[in-house]
Amino acid sequence: MSCCGAPMTPGEADEVSQLMAAKLSAFLKTLRDNSFAIGLQEAGDAAALMAAGYAEKPSLLRAALKHLVSARKADWLAFDGIFDAFWLGTRVRSRSLVSGGNASASGNPALKSLPDNAARSADAATDQLPSAENGENDAAGEGRMEGASVVENIAATDFRKLHQPEDIEKAHVLAARLAAVMRTRLTRRDQMRSKGERLDLRRTIHGNISHGGAPVALFHRRRKEKPLRLVMLLDASGSMSLYTGVFLRFIHGVLDAFHEAEAFLFHTRLAHVSDAMKERDAARALDRLSMMAQGVGGGTKIGECLAIFNRWHAARVIHSRTCVMIVSDGYETGDAEQLGREMAALRRRCRRIFWLNPMAGWDGYAPEARGIRAALPYVDLHAPANTLQSLAALEPYLAKL
Amino acid sequence: MSRFDPGPGDAASLPACGEGAAPTARLSPDDIAVRLAEAGYIAEGDLATAISLMQMLGRPLLLEGEAGVGKTAVAKALAFVHGTELIRLQCYEGLDQPAALYEWNYQRQLLAIQAQQGREAGLAEDEIFSEKFLLERPLLAAIRRERSPVLLIDEIDRADEEFEAFLLELLSEFQISIPELGTIKARSVPHVVLTSNGTRELSDALRRRCLYHYVDYPDVDREARIILAHIDKIDASLALQIARMVEKIRKEDLRKVPGVAETLDWAAALVGLNVRDLADAPEAVHATLMCLLKTREDKARFTREVTERLIGRVA
Repeated sequence: MSCCGAPMTPGEADEVSQLMAAKLSAFLKTLRDNSFAIGLQEAGDAAALMAAGYAEKPSLLRAALKHLVSARKADWLAFDGIFDAFWLGTRVRSRSLVSGGNASASGNPALKSLPDNAARSADAATDQLPSAENGENDAAGEGRMEGASVVENIAATDFRKLHQPEDIEKAHVLAARLAAVMRTRLTRRDQMRSKGERLDLRRTIHGNISHGGAPVALFHRRRKEKPLRLVMLLDASGSMSLYTGVFLRFIHGVLDAFHEAEAFLFHTRLAHVSDAMKERDAARALDRLSMMAQGVGGGTKIGECLAIFNRWHAARVIHSRTCVMIVSDGYETGDAEQLGREMAALRRRCRRIFWLNPMAGWDGYAPEARGIRAALPYVDLHAPANTLQSLAALEPYLAKL
Repeated sequence: MSRFDPGPGDAASLPACGEGAAPTARLSPDDIAVRLAEAGYIAEGDLATAISLMQMLGRPLLLEGEAGVGKTAVAKALAFVHGTELIRLQCYEGLDQPAALYEWNYQRQLLAIQAQQGREAGLAEDEIFSEKFLLERPLLAAIRRERSPVLLIDEIDRADEEFEAFLLELLSEFQISIPELGTIKARSVPHVVLTSNGTRELSDALRRRCLYHYVDYPDVDREARIILAHIDKIDASLALQIARMVEKIRKEDLRKVPGVAETLDWAAALVGLNVRDLADAPEAVHATLMCLLKTREDKARFTREVTERLIGRVA
């Protein structure tokens, strides 16, 4: 450091330390911008260790600060680049949470704009459907009273038939509210179901010492219920584009309301999106999401994505009371056999797998796509999910777990 | 030499500043690296820095990494470096305060009560809630030692979230209150090491409180040195071959990636079978792979041909 050169007056030394402090706080700000959690205490400690001689060599300072400010593996891996960029002036790659594959698609639409785009391109994407039903439904919607009945009407309407931006918005709000309602009911039923008490001998003896050891008051022990954890895997490929918007809102609501929930997005790659979705404001959450899930709207490699999930995420996010919810139409563009294998592996890990299939609600649908046929043997519940009502119907099922 | 104006006094009373001026009892990173090597722990680059920081800032050290990369061994080596006792708290689901902190010895209390029946009551109560009837559990033991011990809180991710919150409080205050006895302050502040396998996401508060070190699988050179340090009567060339082979095996797509402990088992097995060179004994190598591969799928994947191909690439 510069303070080791020529003799200095105390005033000069002060000036140097002020400069260092300014530089250090600028560095800490850079780290905070890169989502490091650094409080006043860490800043104080950082200053203390610089004063204690750790600033002698860049490598020593880097190692010391790295241990101090990192809190998780992602920080640990990102730190060196940020440090070098700031103190040594090299360039740094931006962080990305996307796993698997190489990020190439760049001109993709933001997820936030998906519902609108989807509505506009509805004709193109749904040409395999009987179109007579379409007009009928629209007619039924006309002439109704405004207010609650309209909301109910929306709840029963297939998402792909919502065209008006305000209808779509209403559906989104309903989806978010539904998630919150599900949460409260699930928790309450949990507590009322808990039974099966055992005697706690140690505490009984302890509690009855005042009676000279005669067991007058008995203490019981009850099994601690783990809260149900919901792990959601949402297919964001082109064939699902009409539904992605509503489900994202639903997932946002679940992440917000549930005690424990994790969300992943997949198409040809898998992205862990819980952190981005934890943004309170739904629109901003979707904005953050669009940055990390580039490639939305292409093909689907469900098997490959599940393999990545099983290998890198499953151990962390799945515990004994975990439900895995896969939202997909089951159109696999990759290897259907791999999908079957990975579903079997996933089945061994978690309590229940349920597969929400928007197409299962259509008249005359039979699960014949290669992907869904490979996956179905391992699925506990294969349910339609094309309307808000069908989403709400899931709740009693979840409550029984 | 003279950074600040020395003035007319003795040079020893100058304020500490600049290089190497850490307080005397504190070990420098270089000293620590040497002591770790003496303890038989071959540390990666900047672990020594982390340990010196632990001492300076009084923060716990959080070690994360895959199972079997030697996280627990760090704590053992640290106890050797400081020449103190290692106190270990193994976490598990449902771990609660009586098992981690302290508990009264109820059976002895009852016996004492019955033995004293008939005598005056006030005395009995004082006696019953005295140190004699207190069972020390690891956390209480760690703060009541004269010399700072190393407190290893192993696999903190297995404990419940409530326990984590309780631990956080203990780690910042270093005092425990026992209703019957009063508050017990730490006689010495322990060196705390926490390890986590990542089965559960730890709270941000705990992470912030700790220094963080990610322990990765060792590279070939370091793993070979670890083998040499732990296995007697092994040639450097064989150790290097084993380390290279294990590195190749880790790169295969396995369900359960072998850790350092498995490597050591395997090396010991090969030495026991008098293998001098992997290329000379492909049979023995294949037969002993069970030391490394712990699931049926992994075992099925490593056919004789795969083993021989890998031997060809390392030998």
